Amino acid sequence: MQSSPHPVALHVEDLHKSFHGKSVLKGVNLQVPRGSVFTVLGPSGAGKSVFLKCLANILKADAGRVSFEGRELSPYDSMTQDGFRRRCSFLFQSNALFDSLTALENVALPLEQTTDLGKAEIRNRSRAALSQLEMEDFTGHYPAELSGGMQKRLALARAIVTRPELVLFDEPTAGLDPLRRNAVFAMIAKYQRQFHFTALIVTHDVPEALAASDHVALLYDGRIGFEGTPAEFSASRDPVVCLFRDSAQALSDSLAEIRRSNPMPQTL
Amino acid sequence: MLTWLGRQTLCAVTEIGDFSLFTAKSFCCVAKTKGLAKRVARAVHEQGTVCLPVILIVGVFTGLVLGLQGYHVLSRFGSQGLLGTLVSLSLVREMAPVLAALMLIGQAGSAFAAELGIQRNTEQIVALETMGVNSLGYLVTPRLLAALVVFPIQTALFVILGICGGGLSGSLLLGVDSGVYWSAVHRAVEAGDLSQCFIKSAIFGLLAMSTCAYQGFHADRNSSAIGARAVSACTTRAVVLSSILVLVADYMISSFFV
Repeated sequence: MQSSPHPVALHVEDLHKSFHGKSVLKGVNLQVPRGSVFTVLGPSGAGKSVFLKCLANILKADAGRVSFEGRELSPYDSMTQDGFRRRCSFLFQSNALFDSLTALENVALPLEQTTDLGKAEIRNRSRAALSQLEMEDFTGHYPAELSGGMQKRLALARAIVTRPELVLFDEPTAGLDPLRRNAVFAMIAKYQRQFHFTALIVTHDVPEALAASDHVALLYDGRIGFEGTPAEFSASRDPVVCLFRDSAQALSDSLAEIRRSNPMPQTL
Repeated sequence: MLTWLGRQTLCAVTEIGDFSLFTAKSFCCVAKTKGLAKRVARAVHEQGTVCLPVILIVGVFTGLVLGLQGYHVLSRFGSQGLLGTLVSLSLVREMAPVLAALMLIGQAGSAFAAELGIQRNTEQIVALETMGVNSLGYLVTPRLLAALVVFPIQTALFVILGICGGGLSGSLLLGVDSGVYWSAVHRAVEAGDLSQCFIKSAIFGLLAMSTCAYQGFHADRNSSAIGARAVSACTTRAVVLSSILVLVADYMISSFFV
């Protein structure tokens, strides 16, 4: 009899991480439901990327437990970490594309190195992943020859080509204009539905994240300050949530106040 | 003072241990790395073709200078006929393995360290690891294996060109009979000399490329330099340390063989 899949893809308990005595994560607790788009919001410097890197074992957490599909991932157990890495992909903020490989070679690399698939199958799957992200005309291009948005799509193609169960997105819209930000979040939501992976995103783009996510959490001062649905986030009266959510309105109010108190000199 | 000395010694011992482990792990990846033969062939091609012109030029001119200087020294004792012996043994036993290794460090080693440093800086190495790809097996092992092939081949070329250069300056420019020169070369070089030459060059290759790999791979460890400066710092350290290591290893291997 086949066991039913674990309802919680990722379970984080009391995660701590500090650098040179400065505490960045002070006990993060989080449960990411399987098959959902889960976004961790937070201001710059809140430790969102550190949190994600601790999950992927790029950084070793000082304390705490991370479980994937009900199984604890010890940072020092290479067997469970290897198993986790085969089922998980990481999309870097910088894309981390291999600059000496073409787009097709970039996408094919994880298949070549981590699976026993034949050359033809690898080529077909890589081309299919690129085609799904509308990159089929750029298979022979090097990353440096692609625009920022295309590089992001290429990185996503590389992340999904192994058909992972969990994809970790580290600031996927960093440095992109609002139109491209929307496009990236739409792309994540679209492919998450198509490939049924669990997506954990860290970002500080509130409106896009609320539109694309099933669940959101707010990382503030090294802890999860809020966790709930986008609707609950929008309706929350928690002062920290309000401060972060209504920052655009607060900026607008501040600017209006500045304009009122310092009117522009009349031009002649 | 004592505290400083103790700290430096501990650092050095830790670094040597870490470097040894890094090299050992890189070789242990041989069985696990996929498509290794193809990557080794590519690395042999890269290291070989990049360094060939330099090896050719330095080999010829080293031979020319050895022939010139050797002729004037030997003529003081009336032993110009031994020029072939002097040139060939100097090259085979010492100069070719050391100079070829230094040239290869300057060309292939520095490029390798810089490439790994950039890959570390741009998170390409971390990306490989998050994909479950063994970064040492994928990036380092092929270059180390290639060095075991390329260094001896380039050294052999260096020896041949150096001996030809010595013959050129000795017989064509300084009037030593070419038959005397080549028969002296033939008589002087024995199988033991050649094996010493190739053993040295293979060890130098391994030492040099693993040092360059280690420095590039850990470009982010040096807290005093980050970004582009970390890459330049790791490349400089790689070239300086591997050159020193080659000279130290040369003395140790020579004292073992002599």
